[in-house]
Amino acid sequence: MSQPATVREIRDSVRQRARSASEVCRAALDRLEAVEPSLHAFNTVTREQALARAAGIDRDLDRWRDRPLVGVPIALKDNLCTKGVRTTASSRMLEAYIPPYDATAVSKLKAAGAIVLGKTNCDEFAMGSSNENSAFGPVHNPWALDRTPGGSSGGSAAAVAAGITPLALGSDTGGSIRQPAAMCGVVGLKPTYGRVSRYGLIAFGSSLDQIGPLTRTVHDAALTLGVIAGADEADATSAPEAIPDYAAALTGDIRGMRVGVPALLIEQGVDPEVARAFRASLDALAARGATLVDMDLPHAKYATAVYYLVATAEASSNLARYDGVRYGFRAAAEGPAKAGHDDRHDNDLRAMYARTRERGFGPEVKRRIMLGTYVLSAGYYEAYYLKAQQVRTLILRDYEHAFERADVVAMPTSPVPAFTLGERATDPLQMYLGDVFTVSANLAGLPAVSVPCGFTRERLPIGLQLTGRRFDEATLLRVADAYERDTEWWRQAPAL
Amino acid sequence: MFTREQVHAVAALANLELDENEIEMFARQLGEILAYADEVQQVDTRGISPTASVLTRYPADRADQVRPSLSPDEALANAPDPVLDPTRDRAESGGLFRVPRVIG
Repeated sequence: MSQPATVREIRDSVRQRARSASEVCRAALDRLEAVEPSLHAFNTVTREQALARAAGIDRDLDRWRDRPLVGVPIALKDNLCTKGVRTTASSRMLEAYIPPYDATAVSKLKAAGAIVLGKTNCDEFAMGSSNENSAFGPVHNPWALDRTPGGSSGGSAAAVAAGITPLALGSDTGGSIRQPAAMCGVVGLKPTYGRVSRYGLIAFGSSLDQIGPLTRTVHDAALTLGVIAGADEADATSAPEAIPDYAAALTGDIRGMRVGVPALLIEQGVDPEVARAFRASLDALAARGATLVDMDLPHAKYATAVYYLVATAEASSNLARYDGVRYGFRAAAEGPAKAGHDDRHDNDLRAMYARTRERGFGPEVKRRIMLGTYVLSAGYYEAYYLKAQQVRTLILRDYEHAFERADVVAMPTSPVPAFTLGERATDPLQMYLGDVFTVSANLAGLPAVSVPCGFTRERLPIGLQLTGRRFDEATLLRVADAYERDTEWWRQAPAL
Repeated sequence: MFTREQVHAVAALANLELDENEIEMFARQLGEILAYADEVQQVDTRGISPTASVLTRYPADRADQVRPSLSPDEALANAPDPVLDPTRDRAESGGLFRVPRVIG
């Protein structure tokens, strides 16, 4: 297929009346319908609402034309609440849930003129690295349909890679935007913790979760961040820090910029083709005038362990709300109680809670609730949860020291390219270990971006991850954009 | 290692009913995951304060004013067993979430 358009190209063509928003919307829906049977990227398609909204923008273009995303079709991960549109988090628990409100990031995108085409498939409650934990079946990678798109924002990454929408929102708790972006050959940005309001994002790990864009270009990610960033009184963790003009920061000039490379961390367990592409991307940054700085993140090797202790503890608390009372699935409480049964379940209400959660949650969600409940329980709290939080402090300090000597830190996004669906599904620990390079940015609250940096011999995309200082997405995106200018990887599209 | 009894105890704390297969599976998998996570024990954390959140605290105070919010019907719209139109004198306006019997 021809190269799909970017956010900026579509926006400009609608502004200049070269194409109507309705034409753009119909073309995107046609593309969606053509490739969706192969991809399974969407849980819900809002065709009629999208066309009605596009028509509304066309009728009233004078009012809309200066908005930054006018007429741009977008997709939203299905853990972002959308008023009146089913929001499932890819879970049986929320299969019929219709939110009465929009997430703040969603209402900002709508106000900017974007048109929502639908809700994308993901790992259940954003827990997973392959999309295989979706209760509705996995997404297929547009580059190789027998492979995972990555996760948990796999549907969002696939939708952008397949040229359905030039922009999709994802959420990133331990790499869930960046890793699928890498595996699908698109750009994925996790902003600084607090940069984007989490209001209306179905909570997983509240000290780690952050909403961000998946796009084809760094410029489009910068443009989107400018729209969704900012303090929100509905989220007390959203930050009032000034929001620079991110697009204006993309000057292409990275002369003298220091790129830190934690060589020790990345010398083991990285696929040779990924390692080769990573080294070549460092050469490209150096050729543009950046200085490569050898550095150490001595505690980063513990980040995966710390992450799975902290994130599951937070998840076990956040998911306690799914009890079959106020919203979501409820199981009938009849029949004999099974394991997990104790005296407290000897009334109908307790039995209803336990059975609802047994039937409403899939295996990975239960596994994480169990792990998180355990590490928070009396007798284990100090050894696991508190200890993990202390090591989290050391990981944070590692980065503080690193940023005294470097402006960004470079790593591969994922140690491996997209693997075959089913290949790792039975071994959760192996799956977790694949998150080794992404989780520390969440633990430290730092912004990080994955940009396409090559392909394997089998034409599977590879991602370069850059991590920046807190609230300095401008520098981070400048380096990523400069790299993109010198490479053609992002122009590649899968032969779907 | 993680025993079946531990799986039972944690499942009860988490309000999760599990079937036999899940008990076997979780005993094995949680044991493996915790054995891996135990590597954090190697780190010397004496005197290191824990990080629960990287957040710099922002003032979240605001005036205590009544503002528009969900109507009772909207709030009940997703409930598995709502009482949308209470006819008795249990509630003057709006509805109720009905749950299974609590007291014998």
